[in-house]
Amino acid sequence: MIHRECGVLKTTYEADMGLYPLPIARWTVAVLAVLFFAVIPLTLHEYYLSVANLVWIAVIGALGLNILVGFTGQVSIGHGAFMSVGAYTAANLANRLGSPWPVNLLAGGLMAALIGAIVGIPSLRIKGLYLAIATLAGQLIIEWTINHVTFISGGVQASIEVARPRLGSMVLNTQRDMYYFLLVFVVLAIVGTLNLIRSRVGRAFIAIRDQDIAAEIIGINIFRYKLLAFAISSFYAGVTGVLYTYFLGIANYEQFQLGVSIDYLAMIIIGGLGSVLGSIFGAIFVTLLPIGIRYAMEAFGGIFFSPQTVLNLIPNLRLMLFGALIIGFLIVEPEGLNRLWRNIRSYFRVWPFAY
Amino acid sequence: MHRFLAIVTALLVGVASLATATSSPAQSKGEIVIGVQCDRTGPTQIVGTVLCPGLHDYVALVNSKGGVEGHPIKAIEIDHEYKVPPAVESYERHKKDGAVTMAIYGTPQIYALTSKLTEDRIPGTSPGFGSAAAADGQRYPFIFPIAATYWSQAAAATDFAKKQLGGSLKGKKIAYLFYDNPAGREPIDLLGDIAEQEGFQLKTFAVPPPGVEMGAQVLDIAQRFKADFVISHLFGGAPSVSIKELKRIGYPMRKVIGLVWASAEANIEGAGGFGVAEGYYAMQFAGVGTDYPVLNEIREMYKKQGKPAPKEMASTVFYNRGVLIGALHVEAIRNAVKAKPDGKITGVDVKNGFEKISNFTLGGLVPPLKITPQDHEGGGLVQIWQVKGGKFEKSTEWFAAYQNVVAKHIKESGAKK
Repeated sequence: MIHRECGVLKTTYEADMGLYPLPIARWTVAVLAVLFFAVIPLTLHEYYLSVANLVWIAVIGALGLNILVGFTGQVSIGHGAFMSVGAYTAANLANRLGSPWPVNLLAGGLMAALIGAIVGIPSLRIKGLYLAIATLAGQLIIEWTINHVTFISGGVQASIEVARPRLGSMVLNTQRDMYYFLLVFVVLAIVGTLNLIRSRVGRAFIAIRDQDIAAEIIGINIFRYKLLAFAISSFYAGVTGVLYTYFLGIANYEQFQLGVSIDYLAMIIIGGLGSVLGSIFGAIFVTLLPIGIRYAMEAFGGIFFSPQTVLNLIPNLRLMLFGALIIGFLIVEPEGLNRLWRNIRSYFRVWPFAY
Repeated sequence: MHRFLAIVTALLVGVASLATATSSPAQSKGEIVIGVQCDRTGPTQIVGTVLCPGLHDYVALVNSKGGVEGHPIKAIEIDHEYKVPPAVESYERHKKDGAVTMAIYGTPQIYALTSKLTEDRIPGTSPGFGSAAAADGQRYPFIFPIAATYWSQAAAATDFAKKQLGGSLKGKKIAYLFYDNPAGREPIDLLGDIAEQEGFQLKTFAVPPPGVEMGAQVLDIAQRFKADFVISHLFGGAPSVSIKELKRIGYPMRKVIGLVWASAEANIEGAGGFGVAEGYYAMQFAGVGTDYPVLNEIREMYKKQGKPAPKEMASTVFYNRGVLIGALHVEAIRNAVKAKPDGKITGVDVKNGFEKISNFTLGGLVPPLKITPQDHEGGGLVQIWQVKGGKFEKSTEWFAAYQNVVAKHIKESGAKK
């Protein structure tokens, strides 16, 4: 990530396609792996790990949505509903058949992929805002179905309790266990997406985003790839839903309502459409910023106001600051945090010898 | 541009280091922490902005009188906007800050935190939220509804209708107007059972979210079904709409009862004021009005500090509920400290403290609950108040009804697992 790249001469296609363009990238990844797999979980308090866990869940979901919106250019406001499909599939399997979590995870993802592909059918005829409304309808229909069909929701409360995942004889129930559990899937999701976008499928997605008629002319089956994009994105969403269910110990339909879909859209727009790193930045930003603002307010709010006023002020100011910062960041860099990060990098690359 | 980027980077680093610097709270010795979750900015803000100050005022009152057996109480509040991930985060932060009991706010939030509370052995309260099945203390040892659940509320409403309609419901028609979400649908099966037992005709009318359009349902209730009584179980802005619509087509307000989230001053004012809703019955799980000794003490406390009483006190329904939640937590802590005089209490001690609460009424603001290891609801007691002459007037004392039917449903939902 942070490295110099002069004098890099690639002589084969394999080298050009490599995940690591330079040897130093390998080292960066190794350092990050040690940091996230050893240093952070072993040194930080459980509270910080619980925040990290929320970030991990958001990262997987945001990556999935970015495949669809950022790479394929198909807007979707149904991401929360696809998550709920995965969650309820897994919860039902776990409670009715007692199947282990890897099976439920896969089944949840596949079921979400199937439903996602069906909801994606209108994308073959409509684009942009019209597609957004079609997927919004998908969101509402799925919400309604889960809410009313007791076979799926397990009763009028529409919530199914799920036992914690087990690894052999170990029950994963502390935040630290969950941290590792989720981190494995985050790594899989990141590597999966990175590989996907440099494969034939990923390039087809990008071609469709840039100009779908041109893509069709050069021989890309639009029908197949658009639905595939919906399916893959929904698979990620379904997996996110299953992981969320295991993280909370319950599948509840109110955790996957329209607001969640919007939050995920916000993440990828702030992070940067069509970039893997951007999805990660966006997920981190949207999850951590409110918490950071609250800490700052708690530290300084008491200087100016009475404690009762501060309590009322913190949430409201937090919302305002959150909105203002999002607008600010998007004005500074409409292409998102990923672009901002690249700018910072290229600034420091020649620093202090600018120009 | 480059200079700007440098500034942004510097700022980010600054904020990050600041956040880590302020994250170690200093705890004075003997302090007992209550974790409070609230929604002051989300969809239920009309409740949260009044309810949570009530809780804090009660805690401040206890502290001004020397705390619980000498231990000061600290209520740490975190706002979660009625979203689940921030609720998880604030739960973990409360746990880190040493909270021995948690006031959880919101139905999805209490669902999401149930397994964590049970694993960490910290009691969490969910008055007016969550599933009615949580009243079963054996199945959910660390979840405390501490107020009448929707099942108990629906049962009490039916009983009240029976008394209003002359002591028998045989052949009568009761309409159940509900918000179409899990909480709204929860009492339907139970109402069906009571209908069979009492021989009345029950018809349900769903209001789809967001609940601002119910002209058709109301017309149906009043003119086609010709209901003898209406039980309305709505949330947010929907109760105001229901009152307005029922009034518009001339349905008598004294034949309508709203369950606990359709019963506050805000709901009545939203419908066009107390004049419009004259006659409307409202169900309460905490006392209404300003005439309670504890509220006088809070006003007294503010006066001593040279401040006017907070404006939230005027909205007595939600404010008093906040006082009730705070009071029950403090009472559970008091029981726990009494059992363990060294003051080093854990979540389990407070859980046992909750289960010892009995006949703690705070001068009538709190119902005479009797919380036991089996019954975390405390008896399912409610009061009914009527809109009369510009204010709420008490119609009944604390009562509960059809407890056998409610118990049967709790048992069945436990057996399903």
